[in-house]
Amino acid sequence: MGIKQIFVRGIIYLFLIAVAVTCLIPFYSMIITSTHTNTDIAQKLLFLPGDQLAENYKRLMGSVNIWRGFANSVFVAVVATALDLYTAALVGYGFSKFKFRFRNPLFAIVLATMMVPGQLGIIGFYKLMDTFHMLDTYWPMILTGMSNAFGVFMVKQFADESIPSELIESGRIDGYGEFQIFNRIILPLLGPAMATYAIFAFIGKWNDFLTPMIVLFDNNKQTLPVMIASLRSQFTADFGAQYVGIVISVVPILVFFSAMSKRIISGVAAGAVKG
Amino acid sequence: MKSKVNKSVYGYLFISPFFIAYTVMGLVPILYTLYLSFTKWDGFTNPIYVGFANYERLLHDTFFYQTIGNTLIIWIFSIVPQLIIALLLALILNEKFIKGKHFFRAVFYFPHIITPITLGVMFALMFDWQTGSINMLLMKIGVIHDPIHWFNNPWWSRIIAASVICWQYFGFNLIVFIAGMQSIPTEVFEAAEVDGASKSQVAWRITLPLLRPVFLFTLITSVIGGLQLFDAPLMLGDGPGNSGRTMIMYLYETAFKSFDYSYGAAIAYGIFIIIMIFTAITAKATKMTKEA
Repeated sequence: MGIKQIFVRGIIYLFLIAVAVTCLIPFYSMIITSTHTNTDIAQKLLFLPGDQLAENYKRLMGSVNIWRGFANSVFVAVVATALDLYTAALVGYGFSKFKFRFRNPLFAIVLATMMVPGQLGIIGFYKLMDTFHMLDTYWPMILTGMSNAFGVFMVKQFADESIPSELIESGRIDGYGEFQIFNRIILPLLGPAMATYAIFAFIGKWNDFLTPMIVLFDNNKQTLPVMIASLRSQFTADFGAQYVGIVISVVPILVFFSAMSKRIISGVAAGAVKG
Repeated sequence: MKSKVNKSVYGYLFISPFFIAYTVMGLVPILYTLYLSFTKWDGFTNPIYVGFANYERLLHDTFFYQTIGNTLIIWIFSIVPQLIIALLLALILNEKFIKGKHFFRAVFYFPHIITPITLGVMFALMFDWQTGSINMLLMKIGVIHDPIHWFNNPWWSRIIAASVICWQYFGFNLIVFIAGMQSIPTEVFEAAEVDGASKSQVAWRITLPLLRPVFLFTLITSVIGGLQLFDAPLMLGDGPGNSGRTMIMYLYETAFKSFDYSYGAAIAYGIFIIIMIFTAITAKATKMTKEA
């Protein structure tokens, strides 16, 4: 290896490290800042942890129960993702393994729904939820997951390639009904595609902000993003409390991501190239 | 063949959940929004039909044109650096000699899984002119003497909004690009190596042209997503003279804060048309470069 090559590689590593630092330092800064008093936050550039975390946390919890928001978000995202996965599997499998009239145009319609921006119908959606008496409940967030075109597309691609039709035939010969075949034979085989899609679906639901903000009124029912947004207005001068709120919303994700990053990243890669 | 005909009924049964759910939760609200856009409705009384009044108002609404401009500026400022950084990093991380590939990919991807709202609040705090760490840092290293009032400047407001988006999405695009590069058959690279091509020649002549479909995917999704910018910019605020306000922020504020639902519905359709136009332009532009 020549000197020039070592030099070039050194520059490349420096660049990689610089970008990595840019990605992580805001989070580090948030965590550090959350442990200091408001006066210190306002006056100093802080690099090391302080001892005010508990105090800031107490003031935050005094008016915003952020853990409650966390639990609400987990509940909504898990239930919505489960329902989303099951329907995506049903529909994707239906398109992949059954022959019926208008199959291709119907599938084209499914894909076309991806091009329609999500906010287009939001006002009518609000009115409709009002009519169904679903305002201030979790139903709107849970039910919308049932028509995710991307999930249908992923399952269909996967089923086309890796689920042999003979398997379905043998199930029929054994006297299984179509839904028994789906639940007992197909669903377990869809595992890898489901795991990949679950990541997308979950992140999408976890990050949803507009829907809970407009359909939920009760503060205790709100999801995490809405509670984080409310920190801005409720603690205008209390930066310590705002920082603690941010830390609570980030650290569990950081821990989860550290454990699952390999899976998440390969899932994103697989989903993106197929999409 | 009789069994095939029977099975077809099951086919419709299996695919029906999507169509039922989309009709009820997607299509009906979209059509209902269209209806509301031809009415006057404050959310309490019954909607009254007013014809094209909302659309006439929209055509003369300078606020709306301003939000289109803001959204486009924020989008361009975020997408250009985003794609360049993502591509550069993808080319680097695709090299065999790099150690710790997985670590770097994970770190670069991490901002993408954080809720945009959280990132919006984080950046708002970091760039706060009195207490934010950015000003303190800049003052400490002597770049500036007095704190900069970032959100009091239209261009800084937009650039900060664009930075949040860029910072959040470059890692996602990076993963997409790497996945695209890895799906290029290795024989192509081996052949280039045999022919004595340099690394930059390989990148320019082979990798980038073969990534064209991936670019198309990224650009189209980014137009649709980028023109719907909402969460993070909302947390950063409207900026001076509404310079940081995006189209969807305007829709949200009109409908759910000023309770002018019917005008909000017209804005929603205005945004829809603009997104369609820009998607068509992008699709056309990428096709044209393909033919050239």
